[in-house]
Amino acid sequence: MAEQGGGKGESDRAREEFLSEAQELIDGLGRDVLALDELSKVGRSDPELINDVFRAVHTLKGLSGLFGASMMSGLSHELEEVLDDLRLGRIELSQRVLDVVFRAVELYGMLLGVERGNGMDLSSDIEALLVSLGEVSHRGRAGGASPVAQYELDPGLLGVLTEYEEHRLRTNIQNGMSLYKLRVAFPLATIDSALDELKANARPHGEIITYLPTGGGSDADAIELEILIASKESVDTLRSALSGHQLAIEEVPRRPASPGARTSLPPMARLSVPAAPSFGPEAGTQLVADVARVPIASLAPPPDRDLTLRSVTQTVRVDIRKLDHLMNVVGELAIVRTELMAVVDRLRNRAEMRPLMQELLRLHRSFERHLEQMQGGILEVRMVPLGQVFEKLARVVRQLSREHDKQVNLVITGAETELDKLIVEELSDPLMHMIRNALDHGIESRDERLRAGKPPVGTIALNAFQKGNQVLLEVEDDGRGMDPKQIADVALRRGILTPDEARDLSVRDALSLIFRPGFTTREEATDLSGRGVGMDVVKTNIGKLGGVVEVSSDLGIGTKVTITLPITLAIISVLFVEVAGRTYAMPLTSVEEAIVYDQTATRTFEGREVMTVRGATLPICSLSRLFGHTTSSPPPHGFVVVTSVGNRRVGFIVDSLIGQQDIVIKALGRTLRGTRGFAGATELGDQRVALVLDASALVEEAFAEKERAA
Amino acid sequence: MARRVLVVEDSASTRAFVRAVLEGETFAQRLGGAEVTEAKSGFEAMRMLPRGPYDLIITDINMGDINGLELIAFVRKNEHHKSTPLVIISTQSTERDVERGMALGANKFVAKPFAAEQLVEACAEVLEAHHG
Repeated sequence: MAEQGGGKGESDRAREEFLSEAQELIDGLGRDVLALDELSKVGRSDPELINDVFRAVHTLKGLSGLFGASMMSGLSHELEEVLDDLRLGRIELSQRVLDVVFRAVELYGMLLGVERGNGMDLSSDIEALLVSLGEVSHRGRAGGASPVAQYELDPGLLGVLTEYEEHRLRTNIQNGMSLYKLRVAFPLATIDSALDELKANARPHGEIITYLPTGGGSDADAIELEILIASKESVDTLRSALSGHQLAIEEVPRRPASPGARTSLPPMARLSVPAAPSFGPEAGTQLVADVARVPIASLAPPPDRDLTLRSVTQTVRVDIRKLDHLMNVVGELAIVRTELMAVVDRLRNRAEMRPLMQELLRLHRSFERHLEQMQGGILEVRMVPLGQVFEKLARVVRQLSREHDKQVNLVITGAETELDKLIVEELSDPLMHMIRNALDHGIESRDERLRAGKPPVGTIALNAFQKGNQVLLEVEDDGRGMDPKQIADVALRRGILTPDEARDLSVRDALSLIFRPGFTTREEATDLSGRGVGMDVVKTNIGKLGGVVEVSSDLGIGTKVTITLPITLAIISVLFVEVAGRTYAMPLTSVEEAIVYDQTATRTFEGREVMTVRGATLPICSLSRLFGHTTSSPPPHGFVVVTSVGNRRVGFIVDSLIGQQDIVIKALGRTLRGTRGFAGATELGDQRVALVLDASALVEEAFAEKERAA
Repeated sequence: MARRVLVVEDSASTRAFVRAVLEGETFAQRLGGAEVTEAKSGFEAMRMLPRGPYDLIITDINMGDINGLELIAFVRKNEHHKSTPLVIISTQSTERDVERGMALGANKFVAKPFAAEQLVEACAEVLEAHHG
């Protein structure tokens, strides 16, 4: 292995690793900066958080340098300086500094896009940011004399502090904290989690400055640590707070005011002689006397905790294409299962084969059960919480509300709702658009709001929740709302709407005009007391994900845009139907019910063919005719599949119902990809392929057909 | 003969990069190849140390749990590793931390970002010095 050398494959992998690690770092950065912003609003700060931000940028700088991402590395370099100033207390965390850091996080995201090859030119943006970074940083302004000298601290310990740790030590001393040294031994295997627990217990009482392995301890499988902690508590309080841990606590004494009269505490180095078998009171030390000496062997964790303790290293990063591949394999297995069942059926009719058939049937059931578990398992792995996208949006809202000088509260609910990773990724642009629109056109200025008797600060609510097999996302604002009349006027001017159509336009149809291509352009959007900026694009993109967008609005009260999405793209439940001798799959998420087609219950109403179902009128449409099959008239004994997409319902007439099944949906080949009305294809058990219908496109097509006919 | 190298670094891609360099052709030609052990934190490094001996340790300084300086101090105190050649990889901005690392017994500092050749060069230097 060593002889072969790391060829191109290895570097490619390293580069991929770089891109995904950088992405993670930038995401984390965004989260942390947002948290800092929240804290600063209430006049607080968190040194640990600032240090996390610093370290993320520090790592990004190293990474981008290694992988030749020069702009990212340049930006990181300057940003790191500012963050270093910040964490070492040279500058204050002001609004201005936060703004610059926010902008940097945003640019990082774009730079990563450049690294992935989207070919944007960001040099002027970077240039501008570097200037602002230079303005907020306070290079070279050194701190005063170190107060650390007041303490009897071992030079060996001070020698291993990083600059940052030293700064924290200084700050704590300046804030009047006392210093304590803890000594504790951990089994090597579980030290991370054991230490996390200790940190969690210590946190309310003080700040841990550093951990130093002493090199002591008799056991090769254990580490003895010396922990320096700053706290305002007394040694007794601290001891009882940490009583769950077996450790020794010692207060670090201050040097007496007059030099020369040193206390009897020997340097720590004396305590940490490598050969020392364990820690404990030694002659001449002031270690607290009542701490029990703990044999290291007894520190081994109870076996039942073993699982949770390893969690730190138990995640893997997986390329989603690998999961797609696994899902395809599951699809193949599902076909095997169906074929197996066909064999069972053949055996069923042969009396002498009965015992064999039963055995096979049993195996088939077990196979089916495990297959379902596997399918569920893979789907679960693909799921990520929507929170990832919401954090980005929160940043955008913050930025926009400052740019436009509109005060807005963003209220997020359901960030933990999970969706297929691919869907979540594709959601960020459409959501961004919607949020922008809400802020730009929905929320009024402060004065306008006050005049309208509304609270001066606007609210944008971002809600996500699961409903059956779908996830609903709502962007709701309490702004001025949209005027259906005004929308219809614009549509008329643009030639999207004919005067005839405009006359009896329902409110809902008027509002949905904003989704029409060419409805409005960016420059003119502000004429309109609503939105319209690229909403057709939003609709198309959501449609590609198998979702629907709807809008509702009350003039003067607000607007709500709702996106309905399937939970996953990889697998769907379908209803197999037959139309003109061919099998099609209709996604069950949009099927309400299937009823017997009753030709006598149909009539034509306002140019549309409709059927009365339980007293209500349902527009119907023959799939056979829609697909242009020659058998033009529906057979007398068909079925109507009642399909609903958003608020629209259509009954599609089919020849027969075959049954429902979970299928793995596959993309159509290149030649068919642009075909409207089909979402993909799936294999049937008997080597045949069925087309999967795209319900939302079909419903639209059905309405359009009626309009053309009318 | 392949060199056993312990790479301590909390960034996965930097680890991957360092591994690619160590397992690359230049390193193989100059130093006979490497057998790389990765540790993504100071603690993990301490867990890996008893699995040595190592011919070379490469460590970052700014890491999550115990920092690189503490690791260096620990390594130098340890009977088995006190003379193992040790290279720091860190950014120039942590100059003062690097100085401390060298004072604690590191043999060489390579500033991030570095080119593959720089790392190989530094490794060659400390390895050759170590073996006389």
